[in-house]
Amino acid sequence: MVKTFRLLLFKFLQSFSDVLPIILVITFFQLVVIQKPFPHLKETFFGFILVVIGLFIFIQGLEQALFPIGERLAVEFAAKGNVFWIVLFGFTLGFATTIAEPALTVISQKAGHIAASAGAIDQSESSVATYVWGLRLITAFSVGLAGAIGVIRIIKGWPLVIFILAGYSLIVTATLFAPKEIIGIAYDAGGITTSTITVPLITALGIGLASSIRGRNPIIDGFGLIALASLMPILFVMLYGIFVFGVG
Amino acid sequence: MQELSYIDIIYDSLRITVLDILPIILVFAFFQWGVIRKGLPHWRKMLAGMGMVVLGLAVFIVGLEECIFPLGTSMAKQLSDPQFLMGNSSTLDILSAEKRVGAEFYLEVISFGFLIGFATTLAEPALIAVALKAREISTGAISTWGLRIAVALGVGVGVALGVFRIIEGTPLHYYIITGYVILMIQTYFAPKFIVPLAYDSGGVTTSTVTVPVLVALGLGLASNVPGSSPLLDGFGLIAFASLFPMISVLAYAMIQERFLRAPNSAIK
Repeated sequence: MVKTFRLLLFKFLQSFSDVLPIILVITFFQLVVIQKPFPHLKETFFGFILVVIGLFIFIQGLEQALFPIGERLAVEFAAKGNVFWIVLFGFTLGFATTIAEPALTVISQKAGHIAASAGAIDQSESSVATYVWGLRLITAFSVGLAGAIGVIRIIKGWPLVIFILAGYSLIVTATLFAPKEIIGIAYDAGGITTSTITVPLITALGIGLASSIRGRNPIIDGFGLIALASLMPILFVMLYGIFVFGVG
Repeated sequence: MQELSYIDIIYDSLRITVLDILPIILVFAFFQWGVIRKGLPHWRKMLAGMGMVVLGLAVFIVGLEECIFPLGTSMAKQLSDPQFLMGNSSTLDILSAEKRVGAEFYLEVISFGFLIGFATTLAEPALIAVALKAREISTGAISTWGLRIAVALGVGVGVALGVFRIIEGTPLHYYIITGYVILMIQTYFAPKFIVPLAYDSGGVTTSTVTVPVLVALGLGLASNVPGSSPLLDGFGLIAFASLFPMISVLAYAMIQERFLRAPNSAIK
C-alpha cells in the first residue's frame, strides 16, 4: 500500500516536472522581459494544477490500456499470420481516427471559405460543402494509406528511409506546382493527423508487430508509422488542390 | 457563475476527447471480435485505463486552454509588438525605425520562440509516450529525458529560426529544402537504429500543446511584422517545428555514439 502510494507520488512529481518548464518560461518573460505583474494569477495557477493532474491521469491510462491494447492486437495479428487483415486494420485505423478528428473538420471548413472567397470554387453552399468533404476524405484516405503501407513495410522489413526520401521529394515537387491556397492547409493536415491518443497506440502497434515477426528489430522496424502518417496527408492534400484548382 | 462555466468547459473538452477515442474503440472492437475472434483479457482494467486516458486528456486540455494558452498568446503578441520592442520611443521613431527593423530588435521574441518551443515540447504527452516506449525496447540505451530534450531542443531551434525567417522575410522553402538536405546527409552517417525514431519525432511534436502556441506566435508576428502573411507564416512555424527535431534527434544519437560510447551493442 505504502509502496503503491510512493510510486504514484513519484509519477505525479514526474508530471509536475514535465509541465514546470512552461511555467518557468512564461514567468520569466512576464516578470523580467515584459516587466508587468501577472494578469489573472489565480486562473493561471489553477490551470497549471489542472494540466499536471490531467497529464498524470493520462500517463496512468496510457500504461494501463493504450500500450497493452495496441501491442496485444499486433501480437495476435502476427500469430494469425494473415497479411490481408492486418493491412486492412492499418488502413481502417488511420482512416477512422482521421475522419473523426475535430481539428480536421475545423481546418477543412476554413479551407473551404478561403477557396470560395478566392474564387477558386463556386461560392454556393453546396459546392463549398462538397469541397470540404473532399478535403476530409482525401486526408483520411491518405492517413489510412500511410497505415497500410507502414504495416506492409514492417512485415517486409523495408527501410523507412526510402519512403521518407521518396515522400519528401514528391512533396517538394508538388509544392512547386500546387496553388497557394492549398499549401498551408496541406502542411497543417500533416500535423493534425497525429493526435495525442493515436500516437501512443500506433507506436505500440508498430513495435508489437515488429517484435512478434521473426527477423524484425523493434527499434528499426517498429518505429516509422507516425512519420508516414504525417507525410502522406501533405502530399495528398496538395494533389487534391492541384486537381480542384489546377496548377498554381 | 465561475463554477458553472468551468463545468461547461470540462464537458466540452470531454466530448471532444471522447469523439477522438470513439473511432479507435470501434475499429479495435471490430477487429478484436470480428477478425481475431477472442475476448479481450482484463477488459475491465482496459476499460478503466481508456477512461483514464479520456479523463486525463480532457482535464489537461482544459488547463491548457483556459489558463496557459491565453497567457502564451498575449505574451507572443506583446513581444512582437513594435511599440514594446522600441521601449518608450515615440510613434515617429518607430516609423523611422521600421525601415531598418532587423533581427536585433526582435531578440526577445526570438529567444521567447526558442524557450516556448522547448518548454511546450517537454510537456507534450504524445512525446512522453514515444519516449517511454523507446526506452523500453532499447533496454535503456535511449533514455526518456535524453530523447525528449533532444526533440525539445530541435523544436526550440526550429521555432527560433522560424521567427527569424518571418522577420527577415526569406522564402520558407529555402530553409525547408536546406533542412531536408542536412537531414538526408545525417541519415546516411547516423547510427541506423535511431533513424525511424528520429523521423517519428517530427510528427509527434505537432500535437496538443505545441501547435496552438506556435499558431498564436505566428499570427502575432504576422500582424506586427510588416510584409508577412498570417496564412503562410503560421504554418511555417509548424513545418519548422517538425523538421528540426528530426535533425536534433539524429545529432543526439551521432554525438552519443561518437563521444559517449553508448551501449548500442545492446540494440544491434
